[in-house]
Amino acid sequence: MKKLSARRRHPLAAVVVLLLALAATGGLYAAFAPASKAQADETAQSLAIEEGKKLYQVGCASCHGTGGQGSSDGPSLVGVGAAAVDFQVGTGRMPAATSQGAQVPRKKTIYTQAEIDQLAAFVASLGAGPAVPTTNEYSPEGADLGRGGELFRQNCAQCHNFTGKGGALTHGKFAPTLEGVSPKHLYEAMQTGPQNMPSFPDTTLSSENKKDIIAYLDAVNSDETKNPGGLELGGLGPVSEGLFAWIFGLGALIAVAVWVAARTAKAKKS
Amino acid sequence: MSSQDIPEENLPAEQESAAGEVADERNPFADPGLPPHEPRIQDIDERAAKRSERTVALLFTLSMLAAVGFIASYLAIPVDKSIYVFPLGHVSALNFALGLTLGVALFAIGAGAVHWARTLMSDVEVADERHPIEASPEVKAKVMADFRQGAKESAIGRRKLIRTTMFGALTVVPLSSLFLLGGLGPKPGTKLRHTAWRNGKLLVNMNTNQPMRPSDVAVGSLTFAKPEGLEEHDEEFQNEIAKAALMLVRLEPVDIKDKKELEWSHEGIVAYSKICTHVGCPISLYEQQTHHVLCPCHQSTFDLSDGARVIFGPAGHALPQLRIGVNADGYLEALGDFEEPVGPAFWERG
Amino acid sequence: MSTNPSNESGARREPPAGERVADWADGRLGIYSLAKANMRKIFPDHWSFMLGEVCMYSFIIIILTGVYLTLFFHPSMNEVVYDGSYVPLQGQLMSEAFNSTMHISFEVRGGLLIRQIHHWAALIFLAGMFVHMMRVFFTGAFRKPREVNWLFGFLLFVLGMFTGFTGYSLPDDLLSGTGVRFMEGAILSVPIVGTYISMFLYGGEFPGHDFVARFYSIHILLLPGIMLGLMVAHLILVFYHKHTQFAGPGKTNNNVVGMPLLPVYMAKAGGFFFLVFGVIAAIAAIASINPIWGIGPYRADQVSTGAQPDWYMGFAEGLIRVMPGWEINLWGHTLVLGVFIPLVIFPLVLAAIAVYPFIESWVTGDKREHHILDRPRNAPTRTAFGVAWLTAYLVMLVGGGNDLWATHFHLSINAITWFVRITFFVGPVLAFIITKRICLGLQRRDRDKVLHGRESGIIKRLPHGEFIEVHEPLSQEQLHTLTAHEQYQPAEIGPLVDENGVERKLKGSQKLRAKLSTAYFGEENQIPKPTAEEYKEITSGHGHH
Repeated sequence: MKKLSARRRHPLAAVVVLLLALAATGGLYAAFAPASKAQADETAQSLAIEEGKKLYQVGCASCHGTGGQGSSDGPSLVGVGAAAVDFQVGTGRMPAATSQGAQVPRKKTIYTQAEIDQLAAFVASLGAGPAVPTTNEYSPEGADLGRGGELFRQNCAQCHNFTGKGGALTHGKFAPTLEGVSPKHLYEAMQTGPQNMPSFPDTTLSSENKKDIIAYLDAVNSDETKNPGGLELGGLGPVSEGLFAWIFGLGALIAVAVWVAARTAKAKKS
Repeated sequence: MSSQDIPEENLPAEQESAAGEVADERNPFADPGLPPHEPRIQDIDERAAKRSERTVALLFTLSMLAAVGFIASYLAIPVDKSIYVFPLGHVSALNFALGLTLGVALFAIGAGAVHWARTLMSDVEVADERHPIEASPEVKAKVMADFRQGAKESAIGRRKLIRTTMFGALTVVPLSSLFLLGGLGPKPGTKLRHTAWRNGKLLVNMNTNQPMRPSDVAVGSLTFAKPEGLEEHDEEFQNEIAKAALMLVRLEPVDIKDKKELEWSHEGIVAYSKICTHVGCPISLYEQQTHHVLCPCHQSTFDLSDGARVIFGPAGHALPQLRIGVNADGYLEALGDFEEPVGPAFWERG
Repeated sequence: MSTNPSNESGARREPPAGERVADWADGRLGIYSLAKANMRKIFPDHWSFMLGEVCMYSFIIIILTGVYLTLFFHPSMNEVVYDGSYVPLQGQLMSEAFNSTMHISFEVRGGLLIRQIHHWAALIFLAGMFVHMMRVFFTGAFRKPREVNWLFGFLLFVLGMFTGFTGYSLPDDLLSGTGVRFMEGAILSVPIVGTYISMFLYGGEFPGHDFVARFYSIHILLLPGIMLGLMVAHLILVFYHKHTQFAGPGKTNNNVVGMPLLPVYMAKAGGFFFLVFGVIAAIAAIASINPIWGIGPYRADQVSTGAQPDWYMGFAEGLIRVMPGWEINLWGHTLVLGVFIPLVIFPLVLAAIAVYPFIESWVTGDKREHHILDRPRNAPTRTAFGVAWLTAYLVMLVGGGNDLWATHFHLSINAITWFVRITFFVGPVLAFIITKRICLGLQRRDRDKVLHGRESGIIKRLPHGEFIEVHEPLSQEQLHTLTAHEQYQPAEIGPLVDENGVERKLKGSQKLRAKLSTAYFGEENQIPKPTAEEYKEITSGHGHH
């Protein structure tokens, strides 16, 4: 029963409740919504919405309803904002497979960024919600790494591990690894709280805070990350270290011991 | 408990009867004795022995070279230099160079010595006799006699007063050292029952270090709070935050199943202790769709929409809730301390 | 001893310098008598006999590197602001303990290497002790006269666990701090005195300002001091008892066959030290361990998923994780069974393996010395018990890592927890039954081999068309080796009436022992080894196949 209802609420319920909160509190996000920009480029914008609507009807409407009102297979998208769409579609989570396990995993993106922008524009037109952040907001440049680390350990590490390697949640759900997630998507995930992840809106985790966190992750969890000690063994802590010590440490030593104790070959083979 | 209740014939045949016995024609399983020694190539072919010698010398030389490499690495490589080594990643050049050269230097000594032992030292197997550990009856008798003599001369058996008071002194004196351990810490008192929360203390956001208004806390969001006035650089910060850490989430009031939880909340904002009631890990793996929080240490799971009762795992009771409200300026505040001790249960908790 | 020709030619000439030094020492320390007994002492060759050396050498490595680390480590919990070279922590508040560990890792040349050698050696030390202990267990090397040494070894393992735990806690990082917090919770669960012990251990409330300094003196002085003493005693007893050996031609209970300490074992064992050190140094060069810079400093209100102790505590972690949350409130007091029961089971499970030798010797009633090792198959009940114990241990290790099993095998953490809860009870029973059957099967195979010879793989066609496989008879060496083990008869209670016709009173313990003895050595529980008569009957007369 629980599973069924959880699936039914998949995967954008987070953004739905977020919308209600925003409606109740007077829409702080309005300040961030690029209203002026939209007006300045109104024709291009409405064109994008038009294109997005077509894409939406083909790829999304079967679950989220033709008007984004939601159905038993997918939550309402009214008010989830462009950021949620950009994250969900941009990380390949949406469109979801027809039958999912405990949660919708990240997979190969099937839309181009241009198409995603059009989809986002369409969904944003259904109701006000957080906009896609600008490069300025999420770019790790000039951020405070130390502060970012502290904020990460305060807000994120409990699910995503010390350096964002991911971890387990209840009943097969999991916090995914943050390796290779783009700064923009990190920002959007914090902003919108996809699936079971809680959201960290700007009112409680400021834009500056998010930037610090992104910068920290960029420093400790990327291809360029320095692991002075050598192999990081998955960054999973003592379990992988213990396995390594048993297999390669004690294993090697036993192999050496076998050599030390073995009889030397005899001249005459019997 | 003694061997008497096992009849002697039930014990397996004494091994001594077969031990060291000459191979018996009638017993096909008799011990044939140590097989004759067979020579190794090195024992009969001096060229092979020379090869072994050169290998050993080479290994020892390699060790010296590696040690020189170690010293050179120590002197030459900057401590913060990073190099890319496949498949290790970007590692410290110094650590990598020192570790490998040290490893080779040590391993080569060992390998040289073992190769020497295996190929050039005699490999003739020899047998050493074992002797029973137990003393012979004569030795035992002598020891017992000596002991009795000594005990008699001390008169410890006869002069009971001495014996009793000596044992008394030896018992009481160590007791005094136990009291020294009393200085290790204070008595528990009621320390575990109180936290830094008081009526009227503002809930300060751990991220921004600012008090919060209810409108800041969105449904589905997760925020951590500390009591106002508690700062990171305070002397007692760790001790206080270890009890006062607070987890703030907002639910739709209709989703709150527990009546008391609803009463103690503010517009659906509920404040729970972040410290797990199992063994005290800071618990905060909040699943915003199910309203469950999971402890990363031992997987206790609590339902935040139902009084934070335990729904899985080893925790024994619900997370304590902090009663909150809004002050005159519209900021979230505590309406008192937790009403029960936070964190792990203990004997006096009741 | 000396083969120096000058020594032989002129008696009046001075003996060589080495000999003079030895003479000097002998006059004061009696080293010649010591050397007479030990210099050519015989050690048998078998790889599994070197597991103990792995432990001893890694212990020495730990002490050497540990002393180096103390030169730089500050066991203090005073808060400082980090301004070292690791950028992602700059400006953060941390204890001096953490700060100095960062300093060792990033600024001290070679400091990181020594830290990693220290920690890797510790993991290998514990793993080595575990395997060494299992080797001794499964070969029955713990039997008289080695029971005391078995206990010394067991104590070393247990003390090693706690030395490891205190060391793991010293850097005061977020991972180890979580472990220390767990320890506080576990102590608080102790009825009546829990809160007092906790306050005394931490110098007040958790985390306080004292535990690093206190753990430090326990970690570098108290526990290693005791362990060093125990290790020396352990070694002295190994020398004194002389090493055990496997059965084989020329190897009896009254001798030890092998090669002499000088020169072969001096070179092999001495060389092995360098081999062990070399391997561990190489591991420390290529694999990172406990990267505290990624973990961050401890804060009582922060945590990360994947919070686990080092492997040797994983078994305790498993017990704690899978225990149901029982808590009893009575008369104003709380009994925290959910924590306290695992806390009690933990030493009990360890004690089960520690006291086993005494149980077995009580059941067999055997008071003789044993220097020939058992092959595990020839002691089916013991082997089955050992495997059952290992199963319980491994199941709990799985439980201790349930979150990583969940993420890496796409399983539900709740399902794994339930699996572990059930398997902890069922697994050992199954393991016991299966192992025993395997042992008995192997005994049967040995018996067939002795009686019918080795399967040669050559197929022969008989004149009347039947195909048979030619069996080659075993050599005398093999026959002896396969039949050298002893087999006990089950203990009998004896007549229930004594010679005067009075009914004997049987103690419960006697009945229990008879039962256990049957379970060990009864008809179904061991395969009688072939007798000489059986062998002769089969080998004489008709050709065998």
